Amino acid sequence: MSAYILSAQHLNKSYIQRSGRFGFTTKQVKALDDVSIQLRAGATLAVVGESGSGKSTLARCLLQLQPLNSGAVQFQGRDLAVLSAAELRQQRRHLQMIFQDPFASLNPRMKIGAIVGEGLLIHKLGNALEQRQKVVQMLKRVCLSEADMEKYPHEFSGGQRQRIGIARALVLEPKVVVCDEPVSALDVSIQAQILLLLKELQQEMALSYLFISHDLRVVRHIADEVVVMHQGKVVEQGLVADIYANPTQAYTRNLINAIPGRQRAANPS
Amino acid sequence: MSELLRIESLSIAPAAAPERLLVNQISFALETGKTTCIVGESGSGKSLTALAVMGLLSGQLQLVQGKINFQRQNLTGLNNQQMREIRGKRIAMIFQEPMTSLNPVLSIGYQIGEPLTVHLGLKGQALKTRIANLLEQVGIPAERANSYPDELSGGQRQRVMIAMSIACEPVLLIADEPTTALDVTVQAQILKLLDELKTRLNMSMLFITHDFGVVADIADNVVVMFRGEIVESGSVDQVLNHPQHPYTQALLACVPDAEGKKPLKPIDYAWLNAEQNGLAA
Ligand SMILES: Nc1ncnc2c1ncn2[C@@H]1O[C@H](COP(=O)(O)OP(=O)(O)OP(=O)(O)O)[C@@H](O)[C@H]1O
Ligand SMILES: Nc1ncnc2c1ncn2[C@@H]1O[C@H](COP(=O)(O)OP(=O)(O)OP(=O)(O)O)[C@@H](O)[C@H]1O
Ligand SMILES: [Mg+2]
Ligand SMILES: [Mg+2]
Repeated sequence: MSAYILSAQHLNKSYIQRSGRFGFTTKQVKALDDVSIQLRAGATLAVVGESGSGKSTLARCLLQLQPLNSGAVQFQGRDLAVLSAAELRQQRRHLQMIFQDPFASLNPRMKIGAIVGEGLLIHKLGNALEQRQKVVQMLKRVCLSEADMEKYPHEFSGGQRQRIGIARALVLEPKVVVCDEPVSALDVSIQAQILLLLKELQQEMALSYLFISHDLRVVRHIADEVVVMHQGKVVEQGLVADIYANPTQAYTRNLINAIPGRQRAANPS
Repeated sequence: MSELLRIESLSIAPAAAPERLLVNQISFALETGKTTCIVGESGSGKSLTALAVMGLLSGQLQLVQGKINFQRQNLTGLNNQQMREIRGKRIAMIFQEPMTSLNPVLSIGYQIGEPLTVHLGLKGQALKTRIANLLEQVGIPAERANSYPDELSGGQRQRVMIAMSIACEPVLLIADEPTTALDVTVQAQILKLLDELKTRLNMSMLFITHDFGVVADIADNVVVMFRGEIVESGSVDQVLNHPQHPYTQALLACVPDAEGKKPLKPIDYAWLNAEQNGLAA
Protein backbone atom coordinates (compact mmCIF):
# COMPACT_ATOMS: atom_id res chain seq x y z
CA MET A 1 0.00 0.00 0.00
CA SER A 2 1.20 3.48 -0.73
CA ALA A 3 2.14 5.97 1.96
CA TYR A 4 -0.74 8.18 0.84
CA ILE A 5 -4.08 7.62 2.47
CA LEU A 6 -5.89 10.01 0.17
CA SER A 7 -4.75 11.16 -3.23
CA ALA A 8 -6.33 12.93 -6.15
CA GLN A 9 -5.19 13.39 -9.73
CA HIS A 10 -6.16 15.99 -12.29
CA LEU A 11 -9.39 17.10 -10.67
CA ASN A 12 -11.51 19.41 -12.79
CA LYS A 13 -14.74 21.03 -11.75
CA SER A 14 -16.65 23.82 -13.49
CA TYR A 15 -19.73 25.70 -12.40
CA ILE A 16 -22.26 27.33 -14.68
CA GLN A 17 -22.77 30.91 -13.63
CA ARG A 18 -25.44 33.35 -14.75
CA SER A 19 -23.81 36.40 -16.22
CA GLY A 20 -24.53 39.32 -18.51
CA ARG A 21 -26.64 42.33 -17.65
CA PHE A 22 -29.86 40.46 -17.04
CA GLY A 23 -28.49 37.10 -16.07
CA PHE A 24 -29.90 35.44 -19.19
CA THR A 25 -26.54 34.33 -20.50
CA THR A 26 -24.41 31.79 -18.73
CA LYS A 27 -20.74 31.00 -18.60
CA GLN A 28 -18.57 28.19 -17.31
CA VAL A 29 -16.19 28.95 -14.48
CA LYS A 30 -13.40 26.59 -13.52
CA ALA A 31 -13.41 26.15 -9.74
CA LEU A 32 -10.85 23.32 -9.93
CA ASP A 33 -8.37 23.40 -12.76
CA ASP A 34 -6.24 20.25 -12.97
CA VAL A 35 -5.72 19.91 -9.20
CA SER A 36 -3.65 17.01 -7.84
CA ILE A 37 -2.91 16.50 -4.16
CA GLN A 38 -1.60 13.77 -1.91
CA LEU A 39 -2.27 13.31 1.79
CA ARG A 40 0.22 11.20 3.73
CA ALA A 41 -1.19 8.77 6.32
CA GLY A 42 -0.98 10.31 9.79
CA ALA A 43 -0.04 13.74 8.46
CA THR A 44 -1.71 17.11 8.01
CA LEU A 45 -1.91 18.85 4.66
CA ALA A 46 -3.06 22.46 4.76
CA VAL A 47 -4.86 24.12 1.87
CA VAL A 48 -4.63 27.90 1.84
CA GLY A 49 -5.67 30.46 -0.73
CA GLU A 50 -7.76 33.44 -1.52
CA SER A 51 -11.49 33.54 -0.92
CA GLY A 52 -13.14 31.90 -3.94
CA SER A 53 -10.03 30.02 -5.03
CA GLY A 54 -11.76 26.63 -4.89
CA LYS A 55 -10.84 25.22 -1.46
CA SER A 56 -14.32 24.19 -0.34
CA THR A 57 -15.03 22.80 -3.80
CA LEU A 58 -11.89 20.68 -3.52
CA ALA A 59 -13.00 19.46 -0.09
CA ARG A 60 -16.45 18.44 -1.30
CA CYS A 61 -15.15 16.78 -4.45
CA LEU A 62 -12.55 14.77 -2.54
CA LEU A 63 -15.27 13.32 -0.33
CA GLN A 64 -17.60 12.69 -3.30
CA LEU A 65 -20.15 15.10 -1.87
CA GLN A 66 -20.18 16.82 -5.24
CA PRO A 67 -19.61 15.33 -8.72
CA LEU A 68 -16.37 16.05 -10.59
CA ASN A 69 -16.10 16.83 -14.30
CA SER A 70 -12.99 14.68 -14.49
CA GLY A 71 -10.21 13.31 -12.33
CA ALA A 72 -9.82 10.50 -9.83
CA VAL A 73 -9.71 10.23 -6.03
CA GLN A 74 -8.23 7.26 -4.17
CA PHE A 75 -8.79 6.46 -0.51
CA GLN A 76 -6.41 3.80 0.83
CA GLY A 77 -5.49 2.97 -2.73
CA ARG A 78 -9.08 2.41 -3.89
CA ASP A 79 -10.74 4.59 -6.48
CA LEU A 80 -13.78 6.17 -4.82
CA ALA A 81 -15.66 6.63 -8.09
CA VAL A 82 -15.95 2.87 -8.68
CA LEU A 83 -17.44 2.12 -5.26
CA SER A 84 -21.11 1.21 -5.12
CA ALA A 85 -23.40 3.49 -3.14
CA ALA A 86 -23.42 1.00 -0.28
CA GLU A 87 -19.62 0.68 -0.26
CA LEU A 88 -19.23 4.44 -0.32
CA ARG A 89 -21.63 4.77 2.61
CA GLN A 90 -19.48 2.32 4.54
CA GLN A 91 -16.32 4.29 3.78
CA ARG A 92 -17.99 7.52 4.94
CA ARG A 93 -17.27 6.61 8.51
CA HIS A 94 -13.59 6.95 7.70
CA LEU A 95 -13.92 10.04 5.54
CA GLN A 96 -15.37 12.83 7.63
CA MET A 97 -15.85 16.50 7.02
CA ILE A 98 -16.05 19.54 9.28
CA PHE A 99 -18.09 22.07 7.29
CA GLN A 100 -17.25 25.73 6.83
CA ASP A 101 -20.77 26.91 7.69
CA PRO A 102 -21.69 25.12 10.93
CA PHE A 103 -25.27 26.33 11.23
CA ALA A 104 -26.24 25.30 7.72
CA SER A 105 -24.81 21.83 8.32
CA LEU A 106 -26.70 21.10 11.56
CA ASN A 107 -30.29 19.85 11.35
CA PRO A 108 -32.29 22.48 13.30
CA ARG A 109 -34.86 19.95 14.45
CA MET A 110 -32.41 17.52 16.03
CA LYS A 111 -30.93 17.78 19.50
CA ILE A 112 -27.17 17.96 19.79
CA GLY A 113 -26.90 14.51 21.35
CA ALA A 114 -28.65 13.02 18.33
CA ILE A 115 -26.63 15.07 15.84
CA VAL A 116 -23.28 14.04 17.29
CA GLY A 117 -24.42 10.45 17.85
CA GLU A 118 -26.06 9.98 14.45
CA GLY A 119 -22.98 8.54 12.73
CA LEU A 120 -22.40 6.06 15.55
CA LEU A 121 -25.98 4.89 15.14
CA ILE A 122 -25.79 4.61 11.34
CA HIS A 123 -22.54 2.69 11.42
CA LYS A 124 -23.68 0.60 14.41
CA LEU A 125 -20.61 1.42 16.47
CA GLY A 126 -21.28 0.08 19.98
CA ASN A 127 -24.54 -0.27 21.91
CA ALA A 128 -26.73 2.64 22.99
CA LEU A 129 -24.89 3.14 26.28
CA GLU A 130 -21.46 3.08 24.68
CA GLN A 131 -22.63 5.50 22.02
CA ARG A 132 -23.90 7.90 24.64
CA GLN A 133 -20.63 7.70 26.52
CA LYS A 134 -18.65 8.43 23.38
CA VAL A 135 -20.81 11.44 22.59
CA VAL A 136 -20.46 12.82 26.12
CA GLN A 137 -16.70 12.34 26.08
CA MET A 138 -16.31 14.02 22.73
CA LEU A 139 -18.51 16.97 23.74
CA LYS A 140 -16.32 17.47 26.78
CA ARG A 141 -13.19 17.40 24.67
CA VAL A 142 -14.52 20.29 22.59
CA CYS A 143 -15.42 22.26 25.77
CA LEU A 144 -19.16 21.53 25.68
CA SER A 145 -21.06 19.65 28.38
CA GLU A 146 -23.31 16.63 28.84
CA ALA A 147 -26.25 18.97 29.50
CA ASP A 148 -25.81 20.39 25.98
CA MET A 149 -26.99 17.07 24.49
CA GLU A 150 -30.59 18.05 25.15
CA LYS A 151 -30.37 21.41 23.35
CA TYR A 152 -31.10 22.40 19.75
CA PRO A 153 -28.58 24.09 17.41
CA HIS A 154 -30.18 27.55 17.68
CA GLU A 155 -29.52 27.59 21.41
CA PHE A 156 -25.77 27.80 20.84
CA SER A 157 -23.34 30.56 19.93
CA GLY A 158 -21.46 30.55 16.61
CA GLY A 159 -18.31 29.11 18.14
CA GLN A 160 -20.25 26.48 20.06
CA ARG A 161 -21.94 25.34 16.84
CA GLN A 162 -18.57 25.08 15.16
CA ARG A 163 -17.45 22.76 17.98
CA ILE A 164 -20.58 20.62 17.54
CA GLY A 165 -19.52 20.06 13.92
CA ILE A 166 -16.05 19.08 15.09
CA ALA A 167 -17.41 16.65 17.67
CA ARG A 168 -19.72 15.05 15.11
CA ALA A 169 -16.82 14.30 12.76
CA LEU A 170 -14.29 13.16 15.36
CA VAL A 171 -16.58 10.91 17.41
CA LEU A 172 -16.50 8.37 14.58
CA GLU A 173 -12.74 7.93 14.91
CA PRO A 174 -12.35 8.33 11.16
CA LYS A 175 -9.15 7.90 9.16
CA VAL A 176 -9.34 11.14 7.21
CA VAL A 177 -10.95 14.39 8.28
CA VAL A 178 -11.37 17.24 5.84
CA CYS A 179 -11.58 20.35 8.01
CA ASP A 180 -12.95 23.45 6.26
CA GLU A 181 -12.00 26.48 8.39
CA PRO A 182 -12.61 24.49 11.59
CA VAL A 183 -11.40 27.05 14.13
CA SER A 184 -12.29 30.36 12.47
CA ALA A 185 -15.10 31.21 14.92
CA LEU A 186 -13.29 30.25 18.13
CA ASP A 187 -11.62 32.44 20.71
CA VAL A 188 -7.86 31.96 20.85
CA SER A 189 -7.97 29.78 23.96
CA ILE A 190 -10.55 27.33 22.62
CA GLN A 191 -8.79 27.47 19.27
CA ALA A 192 -5.59 26.28 20.96
CA GLN A 193 -7.57 23.60 22.77
CA ILE A 194 -9.12 22.31 19.53
CA LEU A 195 -5.80 22.32 17.68
CA LEU A 196 -4.25 20.33 20.52
CA LEU A 197 -7.20 17.92 20.42
CA LEU A 198 -6.70 17.38 16.69
CA LYS A 199 -3.03 16.68 17.29
CA GLU A 200 -3.76 14.31 20.18
CA LEU A 201 -6.23 12.31 18.11
CA GLN A 202 -3.70 12.20 15.31
CA GLN A 203 -1.20 10.60 17.70
CA GLU A 204 -3.78 8.24 19.22
CA MET A 205 -5.18 6.88 15.98
CA ALA A 206 -2.95 8.02 13.14
CA LEU A 207 -5.61 10.38 11.81
CA SER A 208 -4.88 12.34 8.65
CA TYR A 209 -6.16 15.86 8.09
CA LEU A 210 -6.78 17.98 5.07
CA PHE A 211 -6.91 21.34 6.78
CA ILE A 212 -8.39 24.33 4.96
CA SER A 213 -7.60 27.60 6.65
CA HIS A 214 -6.88 31.18 5.75
CA ASP A 215 -5.05 31.71 9.02
CA LEU A 216 -1.39 31.11 8.36
CA ARG A 217 -0.59 31.21 12.07
CA VAL A 218 -2.86 28.23 12.56
CA VAL A 219 -1.46 26.43 9.53
CA ARG A 220 2.04 26.86 10.88
CA HIS A 221 1.01 25.07 14.07
CA ILE A 222 -0.95 22.20 12.66
CA ALA A 223 0.32 21.30 9.21
CA ASP A 224 3.31 19.41 7.87
CA GLU A 225 2.75 20.29 4.25
CA VAL A 226 0.82 23.05 2.53
CA VAL A 227 -0.84 23.58 -0.83
CA VAL A 228 -1.49 27.12 -2.03
CA MET A 229 -4.49 27.57 -4.35
CA HIS A 230 -5.18 30.47 -6.64
CA GLN A 231 -8.10 30.70 -9.08
CA GLY A 232 -8.73 26.96 -9.05
CA LYS A 233 -5.10 25.96 -9.53
CA VAL A 234 -2.43 24.71 -7.16
CA VAL A 235 0.27 27.35 -7.49
CA GLU A 236 2.67 26.20 -4.82
CA GLN A 237 3.15 23.22 -2.53
CA GLY A 238 5.71 21.85 -0.13
CA LEU A 239 6.74 21.62 3.51
CA VAL A 240 5.23 24.35 5.66
CA ALA A 241 8.57 25.47 7.03
CA ASP A 242 10.09 25.76 3.53
CA ILE A 243 7.22 27.75 2.10
CA TYR A 244 7.17 30.16 5.03
CA ALA A 245 10.88 30.70 4.71
CA ASN A 246 10.93 30.89 0.92
CA PRO A 247 7.63 31.63 -0.73
CA THR A 248 8.27 31.47 -4.47
CA GLN A 249 4.96 32.97 -5.57
CA ALA A 250 4.11 36.63 -5.14
CA TYR A 251 0.65 35.57 -4.00
CA THR A 252 2.05 33.41 -1.18
CA ARG A 253 4.38 36.22 -0.14
CA ASN A 254 1.41 38.59 0.09
CA LEU A 255 -0.46 36.12 2.26
CA ILE A 256 2.43 35.87 4.67
CA ASN A 257 3.03 39.61 4.78
CA ALA A 258 -0.62 40.52 5.26
CA ILE A 259 -1.04 38.63 8.54
CA PRO A 260 -2.86 41.34 10.52
CA GLY A 261 -1.16 43.07 13.41
CA ARG A 262 2.16 41.54 12.41
CA GLN A 263 3.96 44.70 13.34
CA ARG A 264 1.63 45.95 16.02
CA ALA A 265 0.41 42.69 17.55
CA ALA A 266 -0.22 42.69 21.26
CA ASN A 267 2.81 41.42 23.06
CA PRO A 268 1.90 40.89 26.68
CA SER A 269 4.54 39.39 28.88
CA MET B 1 -16.67 64.08 21.47
CA SER B 2 -20.29 63.04 21.15
CA GLU B 3 -21.71 59.78 22.33
CA LEU B 4 -23.59 57.67 19.78
CA LEU B 5 -24.53 54.58 21.75
CA ARG B 6 -24.76 53.88 25.45
CA ILE B 7 -25.70 50.49 26.84
CA GLU B 8 -26.78 50.58 30.46
CA SER B 9 -26.92 47.48 32.68
CA LEU B 10 -28.28 45.29 29.93
CA SER B 11 -29.29 41.75 30.91
CA ILE B 12 -30.55 38.99 28.62
CA ALA B 13 -31.94 35.58 29.61
CA PRO B 14 -33.97 32.75 28.10
CA ALA B 15 -37.67 33.68 28.32
CA ALA B 16 -38.30 30.30 29.94
CA ALA B 17 -35.60 30.84 32.58
CA PRO B 18 -35.30 34.57 33.32
CA GLU B 19 -32.95 33.94 36.25
CA ARG B 20 -30.29 32.33 34.01
CA LEU B 21 -28.57 35.47 32.74
CA LEU B 22 -26.72 34.96 29.46
CA VAL B 23 -25.75 38.63 29.44
CA ASN B 24 -25.36 40.02 32.93
CA GLN B 25 -25.74 43.76 33.55
CA ILE B 26 -23.29 45.04 31.00
CA SER B 27 -22.65 48.73 30.37
CA PHE B 28 -20.48 50.56 27.86
CA ALA B 29 -20.54 53.55 25.52
CA LEU B 30 -19.45 54.16 21.94
CA GLU B 31 -18.47 57.58 20.60
CA THR B 32 -19.24 58.96 17.16
CA GLY B 33 -16.59 58.03 14.60
CA LYS B 34 -14.89 55.49 16.88
CA THR B 35 -14.48 51.71 16.83
CA THR B 36 -15.07 49.52 19.85
CA CYS B 37 -14.03 45.90 19.60
CA ILE B 38 -15.79 43.28 21.71
CA VAL B 39 -13.56 40.30 22.40
CA GLY B 40 -13.96 37.37 24.73
CA GLU B 41 -14.85 33.79 25.32
CA SER B 42 -16.91 31.79 22.85
CA GLY B 43 -20.43 31.79 24.32
CA SER B 44 -19.87 34.84 26.54
CA GLY B 45 -22.75 36.88 25.09
CA LYS B 46 -21.12 38.99 22.37
CA SER B 47 -23.60 38.14 19.60
CA LEU B 48 -26.59 38.42 21.93
CA THR B 49 -25.47 41.92 22.89
CA ALA B 50 -25.20 42.88 19.22
CA LEU B 51 -28.60 41.38 18.38
CA ALA B 52 -30.18 43.23 21.30
CA VAL B 53 -28.99 46.57 19.88
CA MET B 54 -30.54 45.62 16.54
CA GLY B 55 -33.78 44.64 18.26
CA LEU B 56 -33.41 41.17 16.77
CA LEU B 57 -33.24 38.89 19.80
CA SER B 58 -35.08 35.64 19.13
CA GLY B 59 -38.48 35.17 20.75
CA GLN B 60 -37.01 32.57 23.07
CA LEU B 61 -34.82 35.19 24.67
CA GLN B 62 -35.81 38.11 26.78
CA LEU B 63 -34.27 41.47 27.53
CA VAL B 64 -34.57 41.28 31.30
CA GLN B 65 -33.44 44.81 32.05
CA GLY B 66 -31.36 47.67 30.76
CA LYS B 67 -31.34 50.56 28.31
CA ILE B 68 -29.88 50.93 24.85
CA ASN B 69 -29.53 54.64 24.14
CA PHE B 70 -28.84 55.47 20.51
CA GLN B 71 -28.73 59.11 19.46
CA ARG B 72 -30.54 59.99 22.69
CA GLN B 73 -33.38 57.56 22.03
CA ASN B 74 -33.94 54.43 24.13
CA LEU B 75 -34.21 51.63 21.58
CA THR B 76 -35.70 49.16 24.03
CA GLY B 77 -38.81 51.37 24.20
CA LEU B 78 -39.47 51.35 20.44
CA ASN B 79 -42.05 49.22 18.68
CA ASN B 80 -41.30 47.00 15.67
CA GLN B 81 -42.29 49.61 13.11
CA GLN B 82 -40.03 52.26 14.65
CA MET B 83 -37.16 49.77 14.92
CA ARG B 84 -37.54 48.78 11.24
CA GLU B 85 -37.02 52.38 10.22
CA ILE B 86 -33.73 52.56 12.08
CA ARG B 87 -32.47 49.08 11.19
CA GLY B 88 -30.61 48.82 7.92
CA LYS B 89 -30.53 52.60 7.58
CA ARG B 90 -28.98 54.21 10.64
CA ILE B 91 -27.83 50.98 12.30
CA ALA B 92 -26.76 48.02 10.17
CA MET B 93 -25.32 44.66 11.10
CA ILE B 94 -23.05 42.08 9.54
CA PHE B 95 -24.19 38.78 11.04
CA GLN B 96 -21.84 36.06 12.27
CA GLU B 97 -23.28 33.32 10.06
CA PRO B 98 -24.11 34.61 6.57
CA MET B 99 -26.37 31.71 5.60
CA THR B 100 -28.69 32.35 8.52
CA SER B 101 -29.44 35.84 7.29
CA LEU B 102 -29.23 35.58 3.49
CA ASN B 103 -32.38 34.42 1.73
CA PRO B 104 -31.52 31.32 -0.35
CA VAL B 105 -34.17 31.93 -3.01
CA LEU B 106 -33.30 35.54 -3.86
CA SER B 107 -30.34 36.66 -5.96
CA ILE B 108 -27.66 38.50 -4.06
CA GLY B 109 -28.14 41.58 -6.23
CA TYR B 110 -31.78 41.71 -5.18
CA GLN B 111 -30.86 41.34 -1.52
CA ILE B 112 -28.26 44.11 -1.64
CA GLY B 113 -30.79 46.32 -3.43
CA GLU B 114 -33.61 45.81 -0.99
CA PRO B 115 -32.49 48.27 1.75
CA LEU B 116 -31.62 50.79 -0.99
CA THR B 117 -35.18 50.66 -2.31
CA VAL B 118 -36.86 50.57 1.08
CA HIS B 119 -34.86 53.31 2.79
CA LEU B 120 -33.57 55.49 -0.03
CA GLY B 121 -36.15 54.87 -2.75
CA LEU B 122 -33.53 53.95 -5.35
CA LYS B 123 -34.94 52.35 -8.54
CA GLY B 124 -34.04 51.32 -12.06
CA GLN B 125 -30.63 52.14 -13.45
CA ALA B 126 -29.53 54.10 -10.37
CA LEU B 127 -30.23 51.03 -8.24
CA LYS B 128 -28.36 48.70 -10.62
CA THR B 129 -25.33 50.95 -10.68
CA ARG B 130 -25.25 51.23 -6.90
CA ILE B 131 -25.51 47.42 -6.47
CA ALA B 132 -22.66 46.89 -8.96
CA ASN B 133 -20.60 49.48 -7.18
CA LEU B 134 -21.14 47.89 -3.76
CA LEU B 135 -20.20 44.44 -5.03
CA GLU B 136 -17.01 45.77 -6.52
CA GLN B 137 -16.12 47.53 -3.30
CA VAL B 138 -16.10 44.17 -1.52
CA GLY B 139 -14.11 42.51 -4.31
CA ILE B 140 -16.89 40.56 -6.05
CA PRO B 141 -17.36 41.04 -9.82
CA ALA B 142 -20.58 42.97 -10.48
CA GLU B 143 -21.89 40.27 -12.82
CA ARG B 144 -22.21 37.94 -9.81
CA ALA B 145 -25.29 40.01 -8.79
CA ASN B 146 -27.36 37.31 -10.52
CA SER B 147 -25.96 34.51 -8.35
CA TYR B 148 -27.80 32.93 -5.45
CA PRO B 149 -26.22 32.55 -1.99
CA ASP B 150 -25.50 28.82 -2.38
CA GLU B 151 -23.52 29.54 -5.54
CA LEU B 152 -20.98 31.58 -3.61
CA SER B 153 -18.00 30.58 -1.51
CA GLY B 154 -18.04 31.14 2.27
CA GLY B 155 -15.97 34.30 2.04
CA GLN B 156 -18.01 35.66 -0.87
CA ARG B 157 -21.22 35.27 1.16
CA GLN B 158 -19.65 37.11 4.01
CA ARG B 159 -18.71 39.93 1.64
CA VAL B 160 -22.26 40.09 0.26
CA MET B 161 -23.43 40.69 3.82
CA ILE B 162 -20.87 43.43 4.20
CA ALA B 163 -22.11 45.06 0.98
CA MET B 164 -25.71 44.86 2.26
CA SER B 165 -24.79 46.37 5.59
CA ILE B 166 -22.99 49.41 4.19
CA ALA B 167 -25.53 50.00 1.37
CA CYS B 168 -27.37 52.79 3.19
CA GLU B 169 -24.25 54.26 4.79
CA PRO B 170 -25.27 53.68 8.42
CA VAL B 171 -23.98 55.80 11.29
CA LEU B 172 -23.49 52.67 13.39
CA LEU B 173 -22.18 49.44 11.90
CA ILE B 174 -22.30 46.34 14.06
CA ALA B 175 -19.97 43.70 12.68
CA ASP B 176 -20.09 40.21 14.22
CA GLU B 177 -16.94 38.37 13.14
CA PRO B 178 -17.18 39.91 9.67
CA THR B 179 -13.88 38.62 8.32
CA THR B 180 -13.62 35.10 9.76
CA ALA B 181 -14.04 33.48 6.35
CA LEU B 182 -11.63 35.79 4.56
CA ASP B 183 -7.97 35.28 3.82
CA VAL B 184 -5.66 38.03 5.00
CA THR B 185 -5.38 39.83 1.67
CA VAL B 186 -9.16 40.16 1.23
CA GLN B 187 -9.51 40.91 4.92
CA ALA B 188 -7.07 43.80 4.58
CA GLN B 189 -9.13 45.16 1.67
CA ILE B 190 -12.36 44.96 3.70
CA LEU B 191 -10.84 46.57 6.78
CA LYS B 192 -9.56 49.38 4.59
CA LEU B 193 -13.02 49.85 3.08
CA LEU B 194 -14.60 50.05 6.54
CA ASP B 195 -11.96 52.49 7.67
CA GLU B 196 -12.68 54.74 4.68
CA LEU B 197 -16.40 54.73 5.53
CA LYS B 198 -15.54 55.53 9.11
CA THR B 199 -13.61 58.61 8.01
CA ARG B 200 -15.95 59.73 5.23
CA LEU B 201 -19.26 59.24 7.09
CA ASN B 202 -17.98 59.59 10.63
CA MET B 203 -19.38 56.08 11.08
CA SER B 204 -18.96 54.22 14.39
CA MET B 205 -18.31 50.52 14.61
CA LEU B 206 -19.07 47.86 17.16
CA PHE B 207 -16.78 45.08 16.00
CA ILE B 208 -16.83 41.57 17.44
CA THR B 209 -13.73 39.53 16.71
CA HIS B 210 -11.46 36.78 18.02
CA ASP B 211 -8.49 38.07 16.06
CA PHE B 212 -6.24 40.26 18.20
CA GLY B 213 -4.28 41.27 15.13
CA VAL B 214 -7.46 42.89 13.81
CA VAL B 215 -8.14 44.47 17.21
CA ALA B 216 -4.67 46.02 17.23
CA ASP B 217 -5.23 47.35 13.72
CA ILE B 218 -8.71 48.88 14.03
CA ALA B 219 -9.87 49.41 17.63
CA ASP B 220 -10.01 52.65 19.56
CA ASN B 221 -11.53 50.92 22.57
CA VAL B 222 -11.87 47.31 23.66
CA VAL B 223 -14.52 45.56 25.75
CA VAL B 224 -13.69 42.10 27.12
CA MET B 225 -16.55 39.68 27.85
CA PHE B 226 -16.38 36.55 29.96
CA ARG B 227 -19.34 34.39 31.05
CA GLY B 228 -21.94 37.04 30.25
CA GLU B 229 -20.13 39.91 31.94
CA ILE B 230 -17.80 42.67 30.89
CA VAL B 231 -14.67 41.99 32.90
CA GLU B 232 -12.57 44.78 31.48
CA SER B 233 -12.80 47.72 29.08
CA GLY B 234 -10.57 50.58 28.07
CA SER B 235 -8.45 51.99 25.28
CA VAL B 236 -6.85 49.50 22.90
CA ASP B 237 -3.43 50.24 24.33
CA GLN B 238 -4.60 49.75 27.91
CA VAL B 239 -6.36 46.46 27.27
CA LEU B 240 -3.81 44.88 24.93
CA ASN B 241 -0.65 46.08 26.57
CA HIS B 242 -1.66 46.50 30.22
CA PRO B 243 -4.51 44.04 30.81
CA GLN B 244 -5.81 44.15 34.39
CA HIS B 245 -8.24 41.26 34.65
CA PRO B 246 -6.90 37.69 34.94
CA TYR B 247 -9.19 36.52 32.09
CA THR B 248 -7.86 39.17 29.72
CA GLN B 249 -4.30 38.31 30.69
CA ALA B 250 -4.91 34.61 30.19
CA LEU B 251 -6.68 35.16 26.86
CA LEU B 252 -3.91 37.37 25.49
CA ALA B 253 -1.36 34.75 26.48
CA CYS B 254 -3.09 32.35 24.03
CA VAL B 255 -2.72 34.61 21.00
CA PRO B 256 -0.71 32.74 18.38
CA ASP B 257 2.41 34.47 17.09
CA ALA B 258 3.00 35.11 13.41
CA GLU B 259 5.92 32.69 13.28
CA GLY B 260 4.00 29.85 14.91
CA LYS B 261 6.83 29.20 17.35
CA LYS B 262 4.92 29.82 20.55
CA PRO B 263 3.49 26.56 21.92
CA LEU B 264 -0.31 26.16 21.90
CA LYS B 265 -1.62 26.60 25.40
CA PRO B 266 -5.29 27.06 26.29
CA ILE B 267 -6.39 28.93 29.41
CA ASP B 268 -5.97 27.00 32.63
CA TYR B 269 -9.48 27.44 34.01
CA ALA B 270 -8.63 26.07 37.46
CA TRP B 271 -6.05 28.82 37.80
CA LEU B 272 -8.44 31.42 36.40
CA ASN B 273 -11.26 30.46 38.78
CA ALA B 274 -8.90 30.71 41.73
CA GLU B 275 -7.73 34.16 40.56
CA GLN B 276 -11.33 35.30 40.15
CA ASN B 277 -12.27 34.12 43.61
CA GLY B 278 -9.27 36.04 44.88
CA LEU B 279 -10.58 39.17 43.15
CA ALA B 280 -14.04 38.70 44.56
CA ALA B 281 -12.84 38.16 48.11
N1 LIG C 1 -22.89 26.11 -6.97
C1 LIG C 1 -22.10 27.03 -7.55
N2 LIG C 1 -22.48 27.62 -8.71
C2 LIG C 1 -21.68 28.54 -9.29
N3 LIG C 1 -20.49 28.94 -8.82
C3 LIG C 1 -20.06 28.39 -7.67
C4 LIG C 1 -20.83 27.41 -6.97
N4 LIG C 1 -20.17 27.04 -5.86
C5 LIG C 1 -19.02 27.76 -5.84
N5 LIG C 1 -18.94 28.57 -6.93
C6 LIG C 1 -17.83 29.47 -7.28
O1 LIG C 1 -16.66 28.70 -7.39
C7 LIG C 1 -15.53 29.41 -6.84
C8 LIG C 1 -14.85 28.54 -5.77
O2 LIG C 1 -15.70 28.41 -4.64
P1 LIG C 1 -15.23 27.70 -3.29
O3 LIG C 1 -16.40 27.69 -2.37
O4 LIG C 1 -14.60 26.41 -3.61
O5 LIG C 1 -14.12 28.75 -2.77
P2 LIG C 1 -13.23 28.76 -1.42
O6 LIG C 1 -11.80 28.68 -1.82
O7 LIG C 1 -13.75 27.74 -0.47
O8 LIG C 1 -13.52 30.24 -0.88
P3 LIG C 1 -13.74 30.78 0.63
O9 LIG C 1 -12.39 30.90 1.23
O10 LIG C 1 -14.36 32.13 0.39
O11 LIG C 1 -14.65 29.85 1.35
C9 LIG C 1 -16.08 30.73 -6.30
O12 LIG C 1 -15.84 31.75 -7.21
C10 LIG C 1 -17.57 30.48 -6.17
O13 LIG C 1 -18.30 31.66 -6.37
N1 LIG D 1 -31.97 30.85 22.08
C1 LIG D 1 -31.13 30.55 23.08
N2 LIG D 1 -31.55 29.84 24.15
C2 LIG D 1 -30.74 29.55 25.17
N3 LIG D 1 -29.43 29.91 25.23
C3 LIG D 1 -28.94 30.64 24.21
C4 LIG D 1 -29.75 30.99 23.09
N4 LIG D 1 -28.98 31.69 22.21
C5 LIG D 1 -27.74 31.76 22.78
N5 LIG D 1 -27.71 31.13 23.96
C6 LIG D 1 -26.55 31.01 24.87
O1 LIG D 1 -26.14 32.31 25.21
C7 LIG D 1 -24.73 32.38 25.36
C8 LIG D 1 -24.19 33.59 24.62
O2 LIG D 1 -24.36 33.39 23.22
P1 LIG D 1 -23.70 34.36 22.15
O3 LIG D 1 -24.15 33.88 20.82
O4 LIG D 1 -23.96 35.78 22.50
O5 LIG D 1 -22.12 34.04 22.35
P2 LIG D 1 -20.86 34.71 21.65
O6 LIG D 1 -20.11 35.48 22.69
O7 LIG D 1 -21.28 35.43 20.43
O8 LIG D 1 -19.98 33.41 21.28
P3 LIG D 1 -19.18 33.01 19.94
O9 LIG D 1 -17.88 33.71 20.05
O10 LIG D 1 -19.01 31.53 20.07
O11 LIG D 1 -20.02 33.41 18.77
C9 LIG D 1 -24.18 31.05 24.86
O12 LIG D 1 -23.72 30.29 25.95
C10 LIG D 1 -25.35 30.38 24.19
O13 LIG D 1 -25.32 28.98 24.39
MG1 LIG E 1 -14.73 27.86 1.40
MG1 LIG F 1 -21.14 35.04 18.41
